Amino acid sequence: MPSVARLPVENGNPVRAMQELLRRLLAEDDIVGVFAPRQPPAKGAVMPSLITDPEALASVDPASPSFPVNAAQQVARLTRGDLDGKLIAVLRPCELRAFTELVKLNQGSLQNLIIVGADCHGAFDNDGFRAFMESNGGKPGIDNSADFLRRVSAGEFTAAANGGPALARACRACEHPAPEHADLTIGLFGQDTSRDVLLIPGTAQGEALVSRLGLATSGSGAGRDEALTRIRAERTAYRDAMFEETRAATATPAKLAEYLAACVGCYNCRAACPVCYCRECVFLTDVFAHEPWQYLGWARQKGALRMPTDTLFFHLTRMAHMSLSCVGCGQCSNACPNDIGVMELFRTVAARTQSAFDYEAGRNPDEKPPLTVFHQKEFAEVTGGHD
Amino acid sequence: MEAFEPTIIAFVCNWCTYTAADLAGTARMVQSPRLRLVRMMCTGMVDPKYVIKALLSGADGVLISGCHPGDCHYINGNYKARRRVKLLNEILTGFGFDERRLKLTWVGASEGNEFAATVNRMVEDIRALGPSEAAAVQAL
Repeated sequence: MPSVARLPVENGNPVRAMQELLRRLLAEDDIVGVFAPRQPPAKGAVMPSLITDPEALASVDPASPSFPVNAAQQVARLTRGDLDGKLIAVLRPCELRAFTELVKLNQGSLQNLIIVGADCHGAFDNDGFRAFMESNGGKPGIDNSADFLRRVSAGEFTAAANGGPALARACRACEHPAPEHADLTIGLFGQDTSRDVLLIPGTAQGEALVSRLGLATSGSGAGRDEALTRIRAERTAYRDAMFEETRAATATPAKLAEYLAACVGCYNCRAACPVCYCRECVFLTDVFAHEPWQYLGWARQKGALRMPTDTLFFHLTRMAHMSLSCVGCGQCSNACPNDIGVMELFRTVAARTQSAFDYEAGRNPDEKPPLTVFHQKEFAEVTGGHD
Repeated sequence: MEAFEPTIIAFVCNWCTYTAADLAGTARMVQSPRLRLVRMMCTGMVDPKYVIKALLSGADGVLISGCHPGDCHYINGNYKARRRVKLLNEILTGFGFDERRLKLTWVGASEGNEFAATVNRMVEDIRALGPSEAAAVQAL
């Protein structure tokens, strides 16, 4: 167990303590920038930003419950070449796991990167976040986030009680609330975040940073493990119920078609997906620019043809492409204009496919994606026992 | 009402199973005509999309067949195909497709009799299963 440091919190706002940590890190000679979620100047969603000016860190907000985009693709973009130094990336656990998948696919790199993760209580979807902001009385963003941490730690937002905002379903079903293999983890679970938060090094690089910053380390993070175990158990139970519900709702091709009936083929889910890795999506190419006579032929087969076409084809193909890398961040559902339970569907499929290959997306950067490797003797059941 | 006759799309590799199919034909072996052959250079290039498209477009079964393990003309395409079929099976059975509708076999170039037997066996199996679970769906 690595030793744990504590970051003191002043004026009851842990976001300021996180900003102070990032300010000290950015002041180091070899750190060229900080990539972190940042409050907008006026109202609106918190967006990932690349920050080089320490002044700008005053609006950084890793604790915000706003989650309009999974930042994995953006971090990947920043790590595809040389940077003349190290970049600090502050990521949610699901962003880190998605980024890990991109690293395995050679679309990002862990070199030149220091990953700071924070314990994640979850986030709202876009509608939920607006409702939360209104219900919290239009305070400045960072104070809102401190309020959020306090209220969510007390068990609020886990269900839409009294018509109030609830955390996104993806977050309520997320059994990975703590960052895995981050260099530094900001520990929030089980802590009185109005007094202090934990800083837990997870790698040698993280340990070196903590000692360079001269932070006092002390034993373990009291209470965090217990809180983590409890949160994981709650979320796993919610997740399993969600899987059961989704399986029943999509148990036949006809039911699946019904589940996806509102899909207009906007492909927002694909654009929002951090692990949809194709540089060019085949569904945007001429392969799907069908001729009029083809539509007519399909219509004649069954007497009627739903248009736009290729709805099931699109979703099933996307499952074949990315379900092995799905981290369950829920951005697909957040991006869907017609409120289809995309996350529920894809997580349910992902649970099946990942377990079939004894694989878990984002678990380990050294694991190979299942479709990039093979063994000579395996899956004999696929070929009726002949291998 | 006419008895159900299945339609099966087969993706076969140029080097082994297609050659075996050719052999079965020239040797005048009795085979069901319910199979539509698509000749690929390797089972390793059978994109999961091809299988999904076939099943959504009216195929009652899909056969992928290539060289025996160790015999792949491109060294390991058949091993990759096996993983893709495993993946597809996990996805498709979750939505009620019977796993017998997607079959992967190894049939070498000299095994014309084995090819004919595989075809006849699969047609029998799918005939017994009945039309594809996707037959009722109007959305592709």
